[in-house]
Amino acid sequence: MDMMTNLMPAAAEIFLLVMVCVILIADLMIRQSDRLVTYMLVQLTLLGCSLITVGTHENGVVHAFNNMFVDDLMSDVLKLLTYLAMSMMLVYSRQYLTVRGLFSGEFMALALFAMLGMMVMISANHFLTLYLGLELLSLSLYAMVALQRDSAIATEAAMKYFILGALASGLLLYGMSMLYGATGSLELGAVANAIQSGAADKSLLVFGLVFVVSGLAFKLGVVPFHMWVPDVYHGAPTAMTMLIGSAPKLAAFAFVVRILVEGLQPLVQHWSGMLIILAIASMGLGNITAIAQTNLKRMFAYSTISHMGFMLLGLLSGGIDGYGAAMFYTVVYVLMSLGAFGMIMLLSREGFEADTLNDFKGLNQRSPWLAFLMLLLMFSMAGVPPTVGFYAKFSVLNAVVQAGHIWLAVVAVMFSLIGAFYYLRIVKLMYFDTPESHTPITVGQDAALLLSINSLGVLLLGLLPGALMSVCAVAVQQSFLLP
Amino acid sequence: MIFGLPIISVAIWLPIIFGILVLATGGDKNAPLARAIAMVGSVLGFLVTIPLYTGFAHDTSQMQFVELHDWIARFNIHYHVGVDGISVLFILLTAFFTPIVVLAGWQVIEKRVAQYMAAFLIMSGVMIGVFAALDAILFYVFWEAMLIPMFLIIGIWGGQNRVYAAVKFFLYTLLGSLLMLVALIYLYNQSGGSFAILDFHKVAIPMTAQILIFIAFFFAFAVKVPMFPVHTWLPDAHVEAPTGGSVVLAAIMLKVGAYGFLRFSMPIVPDASHKLAGVMIALSLIAVVYIGLVALIQSDMKKLVAYSSISHMGFVTLGIFIFNAYGMEGALLQMISHGFVSGALFLCVGVLYDRMHSRNIADYGGVANTMPVFAAFFMLFAMANSGLPGTSGFVGEFTVILGAMKANFWYAFAAATTLVFGAAYTLWMYKRVIFGAVANTHVAELTDLTLREKTIMTILAATVLGMGLYPLPFSEIMHASVNDLLVHVAHSKLP
Repeated sequence: MDMMTNLMPAAAEIFLLVMVCVILIADLMIRQSDRLVTYMLVQLTLLGCSLITVGTHENGVVHAFNNMFVDDLMSDVLKLLTYLAMSMMLVYSRQYLTVRGLFSGEFMALALFAMLGMMVMISANHFLTLYLGLELLSLSLYAMVALQRDSAIATEAAMKYFILGALASGLLLYGMSMLYGATGSLELGAVANAIQSGAADKSLLVFGLVFVVSGLAFKLGVVPFHMWVPDVYHGAPTAMTMLIGSAPKLAAFAFVVRILVEGLQPLVQHWSGMLIILAIASMGLGNITAIAQTNLKRMFAYSTISHMGFMLLGLLSGGIDGYGAAMFYTVVYVLMSLGAFGMIMLLSREGFEADTLNDFKGLNQRSPWLAFLMLLLMFSMAGVPPTVGFYAKFSVLNAVVQAGHIWLAVVAVMFSLIGAFYYLRIVKLMYFDTPESHTPITVGQDAALLLSINSLGVLLLGLLPGALMSVCAVAVQQSFLLP
Repeated sequence: MIFGLPIISVAIWLPIIFGILVLATGGDKNAPLARAIAMVGSVLGFLVTIPLYTGFAHDTSQMQFVELHDWIARFNIHYHVGVDGISVLFILLTAFFTPIVVLAGWQVIEKRVAQYMAAFLIMSGVMIGVFAALDAILFYVFWEAMLIPMFLIIGIWGGQNRVYAAVKFFLYTLLGSLLMLVALIYLYNQSGGSFAILDFHKVAIPMTAQILIFIAFFFAFAVKVPMFPVHTWLPDAHVEAPTGGSVVLAAIMLKVGAYGFLRFSMPIVPDASHKLAGVMIALSLIAVVYIGLVALIQSDMKKLVAYSSISHMGFVTLGIFIFNAYGMEGALLQMISHGFVSGALFLCVGVLYDRMHSRNIADYGGVANTMPVFAAFFMLFAMANSGLPGTSGFVGEFTVILGAMKANFWYAFAAATTLVFGAAYTLWMYKRVIFGAVANTHVAELTDLTLREKTIMTILAATVLGMGLYPLPFSEIMHASVNDLLVHVAHSKLP
């Protein structure tokens, strides 16, 4: 019985692991032409995971495995959103992968392993669990980027991703080991208590903190640790780019919050200063460099950098408002990013990637509906109401002003203004220019329907953002027992 | 409420719903249907706003027709709309112009008709929302949402340099809006967690913060007005916008800036407004005099009317910042009148442009010979633009000058020069375009106004004359609110 109660909080992870093994074996018996069976199995697995996560939800914070694992409202909400994002990613990329011969059992198994890594990260309460989850996620992603074997650019991207990712993991581990040396514990709560008690060596702590923050910055892809982001986004097949740019951001958010807010809260004045620099540099470099890009995927890579910088503003402001805003921002970003990459995949066809700016020229004349959906996504990314992107920016700005950093809010909106330019350029290309190609657009019904729901969701959430905002605020409040 | 209907919500959402319906008609083969739905929607949209005027209580400055619902509970944001004497006329003005714009684009717009009509209908609803919003975030959402359809209108249906103009328009206005957003969030935190604009009016704010807030609001509103020196987007946007776009820009969108000063800057930061009134008056007078001179040398008719708009809006900001009842009521009347007159002038230029595809004054001459009816209407609007007594243009300008005279003789003196410059640039343009011998074969082939154009011109001419001869229905509705605002801004809000 005691064993069972211990396992219940991790029931979804266990189920997922079992299912990945089943899918791996089942996939061996399935011919390429019937690969849809595997696909359906994966979708069912995701559904099963969500049912389990909802079913095993308990009020309050539940620890398991000797406090290495935690199940709270924030983890449940983030996991559910992760399942949703993964499921959407699979729908969007099915056709894209099929025509490129990448729609294989390995792809889906790796995607599920990556998701398992995310779930472990989201629920980790211990440096080692965090690290394990992160590595499981990263290794799966490295392999997925390299899945397109005969593409030089994809291989190069995988190589860069792997080397820089390994370096970041090293930094992170080094920092963790110093924190362990200073506090004598790897469990987040115990680390916080040890720091709070004042017994730990301050200089060693701060030294370790620098390494941990650098490692986190690497994984988030914020300046000056952003070098891998544009190359990987650009080089990877768009389906993998979508995977990297969506669900893992939720896990990364949990990861950063768990370490900094739960484990290193007593050092807040040290890390919030570092985050200010990272945030400003990211928003500046991300937004300005994005203007110069002609490749859409590269542009979105720089846009991600700037969005992550903006999200950090929420984190460094603290309190329910700050953490809730950062979570809301991340969720909204994932939703928009899924839509944007979904659009690129939808417009792609065999032997053609719709990933340069020119491919969007005159889209309004070729397909007014798709152009309208993309318009919503772009205005949302730019933060223009009535789309949900505005409320994401609004809630972060509110937290920043509440924390007393009005100048920071002004800097942030100025960079958003610069950012608005390149999103606006997409709208300009779609609506004001004439098309370069008149090839009829053939889209998969399922992906087109999902894209419509996704983009209209951006608008609908913009009209009624209250519920999602409250969920995020309540989640962080319960998880970190904030006032 | 009348017939149990929340009138303001209907006025906001009816055009938007019709806009979506129009979009649903799809491609250009259904264009007649799109036009018909747009016409019905815009006329209905205007009719529903009439009870706002007839049911308006003149003797109170309280908000009327108020609707208050929870919207985003987490930040205490409400769907809160209502009107007072300052905003009610603008809602009517907005709804009034929508059918005119639809009618003006009836035949001229041939490509993507449904999108064109839908953009105007949606924008009309959104602009009414701007004037009716009593919650700062609701206001901001409408305020920004207004940019999207206008951006598309200029960019898709505009002229040669449309992309440059559209992007410039969008980024200029976004700059101001974002700074205003930071100011609104600051006020939210100062007011103890309320986004109600009327609560902002009561918050005590120290002087430094007041000045910073004033500057943030200034960027947002001055860009929209537009005031010198942030006016440079306007001539570009106007010249490149299609006729309907120009009309909406001039008649309504410029007014939201001045409205913002009245609803936000002055009552929220009255001390900073008083302190910086000198600067504002100086900028207004520069707009009136300098931009008036700039208008004089324009060779492009639309540019000329655009500069004339900036000059006339200088009157509005002058009237607002001299802080007396004459000035403020004059400013409001001038805004309404300028809406009618500039809208009409842009339509007149549009009529010529549709026939000749040129806005260049030098390409015309002797149009009176081929288009006598048009020449008569154009004459009336040109006179109204130069402030001839008996037209609506006179009422506002005269009242503002009266107010300026009470404040300082030299303000009034500088402002009054517009009566000379305004007449000079308008009438000189009129003379070069309309009078003289027929300039070339193109002019000789011109045909006079069609029934559709006559209808539009007649409606506008009747309004311009009506308001000029009997302005009382326009002015009496605003008395209570204007006086209340003046009393409010006279009290210091320093802590």
